[in-house]
Amino acid sequence: MAKIFSLLVNGTKHSIDADSQSSLLSVLREQLDLTGTKYGCGEGQCGACTVLIDNIPQRSCLTPVGDVEGKNVTTIEGLAQNDRLHPLQEAFLAEEAMQCAYCTPGMIMSAAGLLRTEANPSTEKIINALNGNICRCGTHPRIVAAVQRAAKVMKGGAR
Amino acid sequence: MNSLSRTPLPVEPERYEFHEARAYVFELTRRDLFKFLGAGALILCAETRPLGAQESGRGQRRGEDLPKEIGAWLHIGEDGVVTVFTGKVEVGQNIRTSLTQAVAEELFVPPDQIKLVMGDTLLTPFDMGTFGSRTTPTMNLQLRRVSAAAVDMLKDLAAQTWNVPREHLVAANGKISDPLSKNSAPYRDLLKGRELAQLIPDQDPLIPATEWKVAGKPLQRIDGRAFVTGAHKYPSDQKRPGMLYGKIVRPSKFQATLSSVDASVAEKIPGVTVVHDGNFIGVTASSEELATRAAASIKTEWTAAAQPSGSNLFEYLRNNLEKPEKIAAASSSPMPSNVVQATYTVSYIAHAPLEPRAALAEWSGDKLTVWTGTQRPFGVREELASVFHIPVESVHVLMPDTGSAYGGKHTGETAIEAARLAHATKKPVKVVWTRKEEFTWAYFRPAGIIDIRASVDSNGRVEYWEFTNFNSGGSGLTTPYAAEVRNEHFQPTKYPLRQGSYRGLAATANHFARESFMDELAHQTRLDPLEFRFRNLKEDRLRAVFEAAAKKFGWPRSKKSLGQGFGIAGGVEKGGYVATCAEVAVERATGAVRVVRIVTAFECGAIVNPDGLRNQVEGSNIMGLGGALFETVEFEDGRILNGAFSKYRVPRFKDVPVIETVLLNRKDLPSAGAGETPIVGVAPAIGNAIFDATGVRLRSLPMVPNGLNLS
Repeated sequence: MAKIFSLLVNGTKHSIDADSQSSLLSVLREQLDLTGTKYGCGEGQCGACTVLIDNIPQRSCLTPVGDVEGKNVTTIEGLAQNDRLHPLQEAFLAEEAMQCAYCTPGMIMSAAGLLRTEANPSTEKIINALNGNICRCGTHPRIVAAVQRAAKVMKGGAR
Repeated sequence: MNSLSRTPLPVEPERYEFHEARAYVFELTRRDLFKFLGAGALILCAETRPLGAQESGRGQRRGEDLPKEIGAWLHIGEDGVVTVFTGKVEVGQNIRTSLTQAVAEELFVPPDQIKLVMGDTLLTPFDMGTFGSRTTPTMNLQLRRVSAAAVDMLKDLAAQTWNVPREHLVAANGKISDPLSKNSAPYRDLLKGRELAQLIPDQDPLIPATEWKVAGKPLQRIDGRAFVTGAHKYPSDQKRPGMLYGKIVRPSKFQATLSSVDASVAEKIPGVTVVHDGNFIGVTASSEELATRAAASIKTEWTAAAQPSGSNLFEYLRNNLEKPEKIAAASSSPMPSNVVQATYTVSYIAHAPLEPRAALAEWSGDKLTVWTGTQRPFGVREELASVFHIPVESVHVLMPDTGSAYGGKHTGETAIEAARLAHATKKPVKVVWTRKEEFTWAYFRPAGIIDIRASVDSNGRVEYWEFTNFNSGGSGLTTPYAAEVRNEHFQPTKYPLRQGSYRGLAATANHFARESFMDELAHQTRLDPLEFRFRNLKEDRLRAVFEAAAKKFGWPRSKKSLGQGFGIAGGVEKGGYVATCAEVAVERATGAVRVVRIVTAFECGAIVNPDGLRNQVEGSNIMGLGGALFETVEFEDGRILNGAFSKYRVPRFKDVPVIETVLLNRKDLPSAGAGETPIVGVAPAIGNAIFDATGVRLRSLPMVPNGLNLS
């Protein structure tokens, strides 16, 4: 049954009127207009809906909104700060690591989660971290290069 | 798809246009619609198209002339911003950027001052659709011509305004200047808001590729920031005030007829509307989840005839020929006695665009507006006009840059569903297909069978070549190799699943068969596979890409480890020339096949956007790898069995090899498209490498859905 939730998304508190079993994805997209988080499969197989929940990449399509009350949710819209793009966003542009770019938000959020625990990940670690994200256009090598580029930049003193 | 028997298609242009019967025929009549709409506007519509007379998605305006006025394509605002109008759409090929480069080059305006309006049926000139790798050879050229004509007109204006000779005027950086009189004015000041009303001349010299300054060089993606920040609104992200979410109750099988409905539970849910019209049952609700629950509560019974299954697919295709052809009769020469033969097959595969089909429809009086992801916005406009009995002028289709298509988004089912629900509820309705719907109710790359017979003389030259493709299509069917006698056929058949365009069309199947068989012939004649091809090649451009790929790859290579194998393949398609080398590693104990490295050499004339082109070549390789190794649609008696990413395997990061791309830039030749052709060499190069590694010849795509059986 519908219930009022308090959700912390990208640093802002929102009151949400939703069923606790509703997916976080649907609440983000339909109620908060945060459509950067994408639907791709609804079964946690494609990663297009990835967000950070307390800094850990999670599939928002499989996450009941009731489970994230009191937690810190970061979506693709919350990654840039004061109009300054996150190094991962810069790196995806620099490496042209996209074609249709529908997978891009999920890729960036998965990579952001990785870089928060691993400042200098090996290629193998990047591949492992992103293997659950599908890019149907086939930009995988560029995405790996973008994550490596961002890691370098971030090690150099940026976020 | 009403019956298994459909009109066969000519060989080319094969399946860019969709020839399936249309998905919906509503009982909603013109009179009902008129009642709802209230206004008298429809009286103006004298023309009635009989239901079913138009097949789904078939554009009616094939011969429609492109507008000749510059102003239909290009507008220079009083703020100096250049707006370009094109019916082409962006599905990830980054044509928004490459077309901007073309305009920037000829119009002498920086790319950041150019804005493209794409695929909007109200604002842009008619366009058949974005497919067939036609954007670069046609639209790129068209926009260059338009831009050159605009500069001519601006120079005329400047010459008049300043009363100076025209021939000294120079266009640069959005301005016309006269070095002699020192006059200079931005385009906007010369135009003062007026339209570019002049006609585009038939012949206008364009800047040769050798002198390009903006085109021919990498340019960072237009609107890139919107994509990496999540700000871009894809079709499935669209929203309108008061919008409802729609869900469709799907039939139990393909080609099913609804026999009973019990929607009593759904109808009692507050805020839910059930719409039942013929075989169509859908619901609307204030949220997607509520709509999903309401749709799931509707009990339906369907009747459908028994249908073929994947297990007997190839038998079915062979036994259900359409208009049987006299296959071997085209040649008067007798078949040589040393002929060898082989049969190849390709399975049905799915496009699986990461953004499923989506549409938002809104009625305003008798006007329908639909935002949807489609490669054919004008075709979808026709479909909607036909289904709802309104003139095309009353339908406005907009195509926001979409989450990919690969040939899979030619048709307007989702738009029709959303429009039908919006019509019933009198509110805007958005329908976004689930992944399962996308895997089931879209259409597939056709499956097919290819029979080849050939003979080779003692010098390693092909003497006799017979090639027949059953059902999958005619693209890339003709061999680029010399053969004294050639018999090449496309044989249409009845087919069990809805099928249509896919990146490269049948060129993937035909190249897989031909280039694998060329490898078989090379081994039979004990020639190096590349040397064998060279002995039979007649195309210099194809030879050049083979040489470039071989050089980069290090062909011929000697094996360093057990299970290592190398393969080569190539071809010509849609004006592009490709050669692909693959290295595989086969683990003999488990049969696991890993593609280690792919080298692709590609030549498509003068290169417009080198990095965008590399991106397309890389993407083609990875997408091609999926169809080569493991992608297949499993089906049984009118049902899809693996309609989920957990069951239908697409390439992931761990599957991706090292990819190296060699681009040959032929600035002396017109630019051809590149989104499709690089895919055709992937499967045969991998198959030939697997043979090299193991001695096992795999003649069916996908080759190793469950690994290689070496026992």
